Amino acid sequence: MNREILLGDDAVGLGAIHAGISGVYGYPGTPSTEIFEFVERRTKKAGNVHAFWSTNEKVAYEEALGMSWAGKRALVCMKHVGLNVAADAFMNSAVTGTNGGLVLAVADDPGMHSSQNEQDSRYFAQFALIPCFEPRNQQECYDMMFEAFELSEELSVPVMIRLVTRIAHSRAGVATQEQLPQNELDPDKQIKKWTLLPSNARVQYKQLTEKQPELLRRAEDSTHNSLELRGKKGVIVCGLAGNYLRENLDPDHDFSILSICQYPLPAGKVRELVEHVDELLILEDGYPLVESAVRGLFGLENVRISGRMTEEVPRTGELNPDIVREALGIEPLPTAYEPASEISNRPPALCKGCPHTDSFRALNEALNNFDNPQVFSDIGCYTLAALPPLEAVHSCVAMGASIGMAAGAAHAGYSPAVAAIGDSTFSHGGITPMLSAVQQNVNLNVLVVDNSTVGMTGTQRSMSTGSTLDQIILGTGISEDHFRIIEPTPRNHDQNVAVMREELAYDGPSVIVARRACIEALRTKST
Amino acid sequence: MEKNIILAGVGGQGILSIAFVIDNAALDAGYEFKQAEVHGMAQRGGAVQSNLRYGDSEIWSDIIPTGRADMVLSIEPLEVLRYQHYLRPGGWVVTSTTPYVNIPDYPESQSLLADLADLENIVMVDTAHFARAAGNLRAQNMVAVGAASPLLDFKEDRLLTFVEMLFARKGEKIVEVNKRAFRFGRAAGLFFRGLVDASMPRLAALSLIGKLDPETIDETHAGAWAEAIGTDQAKLETVLAEEEAVASDRAAAFA
Repeated sequence: MNREILLGDDAVGLGAIHAGISGVYGYPGTPSTEIFEFVERRTKKAGNVHAFWSTNEKVAYEEALGMSWAGKRALVCMKHVGLNVAADAFMNSAVTGTNGGLVLAVADDPGMHSSQNEQDSRYFAQFALIPCFEPRNQQECYDMMFEAFELSEELSVPVMIRLVTRIAHSRAGVATQEQLPQNELDPDKQIKKWTLLPSNARVQYKQLTEKQPELLRRAEDSTHNSLELRGKKGVIVCGLAGNYLRENLDPDHDFSILSICQYPLPAGKVRELVEHVDELLILEDGYPLVESAVRGLFGLENVRISGRMTEEVPRTGELNPDIVREALGIEPLPTAYEPASEISNRPPALCKGCPHTDSFRALNEALNNFDNPQVFSDIGCYTLAALPPLEAVHSCVAMGASIGMAAGAAHAGYSPAVAAIGDSTFSHGGITPMLSAVQQNVNLNVLVVDNSTVGMTGTQRSMSTGSTLDQIILGTGISEDHFRIIEPTPRNHDQNVAVMREELAYDGPSVIVARRACIEALRTKST
Repeated sequence: MEKNIILAGVGGQGILSIAFVIDNAALDAGYEFKQAEVHGMAQRGGAVQSNLRYGDSEIWSDIIPTGRADMVLSIEPLEVLRYQHYLRPGGWVVTSTTPYVNIPDYPESQSLLADLADLENIVMVDTAHFARAAGNLRAQNMVAVGAASPLLDFKEDRLLTFVEMLFARKGEKIVEVNKRAFRFGRAAGLFFRGLVDASMPRLAALSLIGKLDPETIDETHAGAWAEAIGTDQAKLETVLAEEEAVASDRAAAFA
């Protein structure tokens, strides 16, 4: 038996390859990026899996759905907040259903290691009425891909694999299987299924609801959802929480345990457990989704439920074995040392020689004659300019939000309304608000920091950089006089400040592209 | 048997390369293992860590529980302090003594090393010194894993096989530099323990090892050095004042 060392992300990618995908789709985002990268790397030589980063998650999802329509299997992967971007296509794909298998691997980030929230994608699966798998280990990441694709084709639904950072970025040995052949091209000609005009959509939506009892039955019968009845104290564990529980239990423990790794929530098994116990602890690495369902509005009559909602488990943040131990009421383990007090922090920082440093030094100086100027920023390495020593940007909300928010602030009379956005973020979510702002002739200044790559996630290919970026910007209808290109270097500092000051003084939309390649990307390319 | 190791360092120092070597050795030995790491935002010069666990029965959590770590293996001395409370009683620290200063409030390094020297079980190794001696300053991570290797559960040649595999695509020269760095680290770590076990103060042991010719360091000489120098600072200064590196078998000359 072949065993490979794989990240959880890699295992999802390899499982998908071996389950016979013909395409992988996605937009980079921690902690999901490595799924796509693994498939891209592994299939490069054979060249039989389409692997090309998409402009954003919505595009990725639609491309995957198109491949499913054509009868082939597709994997689409993204981080949790990426699914917000793809939500329109995602929700409606549950209504159309699938042809070739369609699996969405989405990586949540409890504890926000690299994210702006810790939303729980299981709610999205529940919302869309589709099944969701939550692997506990790297082997399950791999194995569940086969099941997910089969289920997707058999019941004509997209299937979600929900990861969290701790499994996405953890390695273990994984036993692999023979690769399945890819599906033949077999386009779906059921026009009404795919044309969600209200009259068709009503039929499709009803069919989706009619699939629910079968999805529930699958979850009830699933070996991934195991119930072990022992004493009167019960625990429900979801996904990785099961590991944190086992870590703290003796083999002869007296807990009754329901472990859930496949949704919809297996209500029959939950009922069986609830009827057996008089206390119930619910452990989930994410929102209290199961806890709120079991508790309902009014709680249970004979069973005391504890979990995130009662603060036996902290309401926010990543779960870990120590938190679970405490929630179980077990004494902490002895340690060799107390935590050291007051250790200097070592926050992430822009690399030495990064072009963003020069761009924001210039921007800070250009803005220094305004009173406490606020700069709307976006998501990428340049968000680190919010930290000392630069402290040059003052917002980070959603991909592309810098431009929309700057426009809204300008509508309200705020000036100067400055947005800072990277080249890849611009292609992802900046083009549409830019078009809107230019067509409305809003008085705003957009600084596009074009480092020619997706820096933060590991230098993936950017869709709109260089002349492509310039043409897109000019295509919004902006005046050529107020479209400026600078090279952010220490030597050009004074000149760049002057260009920025000129555009800040202009009453109307202006764009400055600060163009210099990412030094990390240059280093990666040279090795 | 179960071994839980926290690998620590600063983004870019190469703790994932250490993880690669130990992961592969664990898989090769037929152990179960899990190894959780940090990607993304925290890598940009921030503090990074990886939790590596292996053993002969199922490993449940990807994260090491507090009080269950057997070792903190750090390529950077300050980073030890961030994770020391995960160690079980009797657990070991293996650390580089080479500070990576990329923050304004980095502690004074002599007092930091003095604090570390007070820990119960510790192996201290000047990774920069041995990496340079091996031929590349970037090989400090291999010096550190070499120093930790006697406390792991793998034969030296198996670990070196995976050092070789890790660097193979970068050419034979880089492979040799990294293998040498590993061997220097291993020898230095064993020598340090030999000196300390023979009652030499830890910071004195550290300076003495820095003066020895890396190619010659052999733990079997440690006892002789501890006997020759003991706690006599003047004798130690004599050794340190030598112009050239001192061969490891020359303890008697300084007694």
